[in-house]
Amino acid sequence: MNEQNTAPILEVRELSIQFGGLRAVDGLNMRVKKGQLYGLIGPNGAGKTTVFNMLTGVYKPTSGGIFLDGVSITGKSPVEINKSGIARTFQNIRLFKAMSVLDNVKVGMQNQTKYTTIEGILRLPRYFKEEKQMTEKAIELLKVFELDGEQAALAANLPYGKQRKLEIARALATNPKLLLLDEPAAGMNPNETAELMETIRFVREKFDMTILLIEHDMKLVVGICEELTVLNFGQELAQGETSAVLNDPKVITAYLGD
Amino acid sequence: MRKQTKNNLITFIGTAVVFFGLAALSQAGQLNNKINGMLVLIGIYVILAVSLNLTVGVLGELSLGHAGFWCIGAYVSGTVSLILQNSPNVAVPDWLRFTAALIAGGIAAAVFGVLIGIPVLRLRGDYLAIVTLGFGEIMKSLANNIYLVMDNNGLHFGFTQAPELAENSEGAKELLRGPIGMSAPQDTNIWIVTVVLLICLAVLMMFIDSKSGRACMAVRDNYIAAQSVGINVTKFRLMAFTISAAIAGIAGGLYSHSISLLAAKTFDYNKSILILVFVVLGGLGSLRGSIIATIILYALPELFREVGQYRMLIYAIVLIGMMIFNNAPFFIQLRERIGASAPVQRIKGMFKRDKKTAGGAE
Amino acid sequence: MMSFVSYLVNGLSLGSIYALIALGYTMVYGIAKMLNFAHGDIIMVGGYAAFITMATSWCPLWLSMLITVAVCTVLGVVIEKVAYKPLRGAPPLAVLITAIGVSYLLQNIALLTQTANPRTFTSVAAGAPPFMLAFEGKAPLFFTNAADSPYGDLKPVLTISMETFLAIVVSVVIMIALTLFINKTKAGKAMLACSEDKGAAQLMGINVNGTITLTFAIGSALAAVAAVLMCSTYPQITPYTGSMPGIKAFVAAVFGGIGSIPGAMIGGVLLGVIELLSKAYISSQLSDAIVFLVLIIVLVVRPTGIMGKKMNEKV
Repeated sequence: MNEQNTAPILEVRELSIQFGGLRAVDGLNMRVKKGQLYGLIGPNGAGKTTVFNMLTGVYKPTSGGIFLDGVSITGKSPVEINKSGIARTFQNIRLFKAMSVLDNVKVGMQNQTKYTTIEGILRLPRYFKEEKQMTEKAIELLKVFELDGEQAALAANLPYGKQRKLEIARALATNPKLLLLDEPAAGMNPNETAELMETIRFVREKFDMTILLIEHDMKLVVGICEELTVLNFGQELAQGETSAVLNDPKVITAYLGD
Repeated sequence: MRKQTKNNLITFIGTAVVFFGLAALSQAGQLNNKINGMLVLIGIYVILAVSLNLTVGVLGELSLGHAGFWCIGAYVSGTVSLILQNSPNVAVPDWLRFTAALIAGGIAAAVFGVLIGIPVLRLRGDYLAIVTLGFGEIMKSLANNIYLVMDNNGLHFGFTQAPELAENSEGAKELLRGPIGMSAPQDTNIWIVTVVLLICLAVLMMFIDSKSGRACMAVRDNYIAAQSVGINVTKFRLMAFTISAAIAGIAGGLYSHSISLLAAKTFDYNKSILILVFVVLGGLGSLRGSIIATIILYALPELFREVGQYRMLIYAIVLIGMMIFNNAPFFIQLRERIGASAPVQRIKGMFKRDKKTAGGAE
Repeated sequence: MMSFVSYLVNGLSLGSIYALIALGYTMVYGIAKMLNFAHGDIIMVGGYAAFITMATSWCPLWLSMLITVAVCTVLGVVIEKVAYKPLRGAPPLAVLITAIGVSYLLQNIALLTQTANPRTFTSVAAGAPPFMLAFEGKAPLFFTNAADSPYGDLKPVLTISMETFLAIVVSVVIMIALTLFINKTKAGKAMLACSEDKGAAQLMGINVNGTITLTFAIGSALAAVAAVLMCSTYPQITPYTGSMPGIKAFVAAVFGGIGSIPGAMIGGVLLGVIELLSKAYISSQLSDAIVFLVLIIVLVVRPTGIMGKKMNEKV
């Protein structure tokens, strides 16, 4: 989109991780520019979620570096990485199931509040002020995902599609620079997927967000991703603009076999 | 008004009405001796149950060592009271001494909460359960072996045996006597228990209904997701565990000032389990449930002491029956089919132990 | 030095009893993923069964032992079927509280039928002479009766009671048999498969329910043996006899890595030795506290016990 802004928001250099004898990700390089919708695709077992887990600090990379806005976040803890501006969703949905939809989003917001535990217990003015602000912002965010009608429902009781949306809402609540979506369309029917594509585009425009996503649904990938990296057996197979990458014979072979 | 605020208010006012009402009836001489004797203990058990609910229900960690914190609170606050009372140069009014003793008991339990919490909260599930049980037993054993004597030369401490006193020792008073225990001044009454209970209840409600409480629940429901939105898991686990311990310590202070002879063997793991049963049957995470369950489960067997020897047998059968009826998949399906609700809140999925999560990872 | 050996042998003996109980805990945990809090009370029931049958005139010792094992085995299976099976698939905490209920139930039945008065258990090895060791210069001499001493005035430096000896021998034999059973027989392998993955085991045609029942049966039978050995060494029995050894065995199982069979054996033996040595050299009142302290230290260093498998949640 923004051609002159070439400084990447996320840069991954020679990223590798080894589990025992298995090199799950091997020397990955990737540059995601600000405001981009970037896709990470590849066959099952290619190491895509492992890349996400390294980007968010769940796994520590064996070697290589991760830079957010030029600052290294390599090897930092998930909490620190979230604070520095990366938020994510999970392939197998991980909501706070026994909490309300509204509280799920408010948990995401609490790093932006200042009141202390003591102030909370004593119910000092700052508690009321910040709780009110948080609730208002959270409802606004839920409206974007058309979840405001269900704010009191338990997250576990939402239908599948709405759970995926709530996870995105919760991630956005942390006010990130970069949003990682791990198979957001998994388990959705074509209608829901089409709707999700609209939502992702909308999120990008409204929050001026950079989005990196893993997806198997090619319709979604073609529909919204501007650039792609294809992983196969932990290694980069192809990289570049979506249409070019998808016509690359190497990629077609990896997906369809010889 | 928000639903949670309303719920909390109902619980708080209901508890206040019931306990102040009982206290008034007791003062007016309208209750028989048996109930009078039970009131203070019920109040103390309610405090223990609501505080354990913070660890088990809100934080989602199974602790079998709550009696350990209760024990620390009882011993420390009883000792503080005895020292202040027996020091010739210190003149404090009784109410101040008792308040200081209660606070000391709470702080001591909180300190142990932090000390034991830092290494132990790295463990999960059953490992955490057995370690907390072990901690409780260690506290019981230590308390059982402490001797403290005060004479004109000051305090003399003995471990596993009474300390030897100097030749010029005068006015020696045994404050702690190992397995025999201690006799702290009898300051606790039902009014004080009620006030302390309401304060503890309010603190717990405010904590749970704030961002810290939400963070604890988020950690309980999914700690990986909680980390991913910037929640410091260790911090909140330790915080909830410590608050829970501190409140149990205060309950200990009330307890040591309520019985004429306090022995450490009271605080064995069976007590921790008893409190856990109150919490589980009352509903995990529900303070109101803990209060009601404690009153019913503690009072009923005591009131039916005449029915005699069969009461604990019946209690055991009812406990098993309720667990199966509320939680067995068969009965849950049956209830769903006929549209009935469970008589007691059933245990939610927060204690799932299965290693596998849905869907594979790459 | 010899007193140390004597404490060590007694510790090994106590540890073997813990190991037998811990095996029941760990096998049930491995397969049903539940903490069977009532396991200790099965020991108590076994103790009473042996006590009652041995007190009758018509029952020879071997039959009494057989009856004890049968009573415990049946009891374990009945508890599993009535109380635990309906809760399969329910949250573990519900199962744990149910197990606590079962424990209360067994204790109170015993209280009603046997009263709270402690009964004195007659050792199964009553009258059997202890093993003794003496030194004549540097040559060790073994004998079983002081009167048999080749040199009448020679004092034995080490005396091992028949009960202690029996506990070690019986436990070792049972542990070897159990290991062979689990690794060599079809039923044993089915148990391993079920504890690894019940769903997959079912798909492979293993009768999961039957295997779980078998596990409870074996665990309870081991508890019966432990009951007889324990009551012979510590000859008093009350309705609460089983709870502390039960908890200790639970600790032993966790110690070794709960779910691991060799872990339970090692954990049990270690626990018994630690307990007896701390009783002997530190303080008898604090031995329990020391046992639990060691447990906490072990778990803090190795969060899943000595032989436990490391579990990582997949993200």
